[in-house]
Amino acid sequence: MVESVPRYWRERKYLYRLIGSECKKCGRRYFPPRKVCLHCKSTEMREVKLPETGRILTYSIVYVSPRGFEKYVPYIIAIVELDDGTRVFTQLTDIKPEDVKVGMRVIATFRRIREQSKDGIIEYGVKFKPI
Amino acid sequence: MRNVYVLGVGVTKVGEHWDKSLRDLFVEASLNAIKDASITLNDIEALFVGNMSSGYLQGQEHLGSLLSTWLGIPGIAACKIEAACSSGGMAFHVGYMSVASGLYDCVLVGGVEKMTDAITKDVTVALIMADDQEYVARYGASFVALNALVYRAYMYKYNVKQEDIALFSVHCHKYAVNNPYAQFRKEITLDDVLKSPIIADPIHLLESAPIGDGAAAIVLVSDRFLEKYKGSKDHRIKVIASTAATDTISLQDREDLTTLKATKIAAEKAYKMAKIEPKDINVLEVHDAFSILGVIHLEDLGFAKKGEGWKLVKEGQIEIGGKIPTNLFGGLKARGHPVGATGIYQIAEIVWQLRGEAGKNQVDNAEIGLTQSVGGVGGTVVINILKRER
Repeated sequence: MVESVPRYWRERKYLYRLIGSECKKCGRRYFPPRKVCLHCKSTEMREVKLPETGRILTYSIVYVSPRGFEKYVPYIIAIVELDDGTRVFTQLTDIKPEDVKVGMRVIATFRRIREQSKDGIIEYGVKFKPI
Repeated sequence: MRNVYVLGVGVTKVGEHWDKSLRDLFVEASLNAIKDASITLNDIEALFVGNMSSGYLQGQEHLGSLLSTWLGIPGIAACKIEAACSSGGMAFHVGYMSVASGLYDCVLVGGVEKMTDAITKDVTVALIMADDQEYVARYGASFVALNALVYRAYMYKYNVKQEDIALFSVHCHKYAVNNPYAQFRKEITLDDVLKSPIIADPIHLLESAPIGDGAAAIVLVSDRFLEKYKGSKDHRIKVIASTAATDTISLQDREDLTTLKATKIAAEKAYKMAKIEPKDINVLEVHDAFSILGVIHLEDLGFAKKGEGWKLVKEGQIEIGGKIPTNLFGGLKARGHPVGATGIYQIAEIVWQLRGEAGKNQVDNAEIGLTQSVGGVGGTVVINILKRER
């Protein structure tokens, strides 16, 4: 993949602070934010700060990783449903793979996400850990 | 719309072709298809080639020009069609449209993927390009892991055991034994599957389609072409439906993680277009990139209730002689999954069944067959239905 600073920089608000969008018509929320509501097709969306706690909907433990993530194996990816129902794709942290359970309560935490390469930038963002 | 027929099919063996390049594989499959169709290169007016990762794995784009050059027919209209793992199915769909519309009378549709030029961690990067790079791949997701999310959600929701789902892989290997083009012509046991290493929990290595190279090609023609055609028309197979649908690219935007909505949308449209019901299908090829997907596809295509697809496998209903004979050339698991070519292999296999050329895995008197080609975790699904006409 081509390394890029602006590509990461332009998403920083959402990656760092868990900002999503809410449809002014039907109230559904999304992460990351978008311009069109998937549900009612309204284009009247506003940005909202999403709750930082939720529960694990499903997860997987990655043993064979893409290039760049080799040194973190095994690590856990998951879909977390936040307390307002918004679903986010994330990585779990501060927990052993064997202790993860569907339905477990988790909270957002600010962490290193990946390094683009030895010479590239280090990307930060939100992971989730058990409460 | 005009009638569209498959006149010829050609494939290469799927596997680790160290001595063959992407272009070598595609030319081999194409010349086989042209020979099978009893036409000449000069009859071809356009080429649509399904491929997902040539840009990343070979640094090569512009496959339309490249492959028409190496086929010796620059001058034709040609381009690459990309829809992740459903690139092959989508190339067929586009080729179908181009003939059905009346624009062309003879087109070559194909697919090719050359995966073993790269090592596993780079192939893993290439495959996750099927999902959102900014908000999914960023977190280290592999494509296998995304399907593992579906697998776990399915087992949790329907309280199904892994050993019942993993049977799908055993089924595919059993039938690949008789497929000379399959990557793995070897039977495996349920025990082999469950003892194989875990790639992304809960998915075992033997529940996952392998990495391999391959190319497949098909000659599509119109009624008008057949009127002038000198060869025997007996082996022509009619395309009675070709549909495509999309779903959200990422799983977190879907209410139900255990259904591929795009399959349901594309299948509903296809059954309507072909004026048939699921029970009319005699032979089926589904996109079993992972054992769990094979099970889910049987449900979403209308052959089983939600949460019960695995029962069809366990009860022998997807075998020859069962309710819906499925993946009789080994499916993605054992025939192999050279990504952009897979959708074309599936169609070639259905064509062999409908012509009565499927050898030991022949379904008696098969008349109608369906292929399902899936891109990403169901972000795209293409359905094609074929029928024997005599």
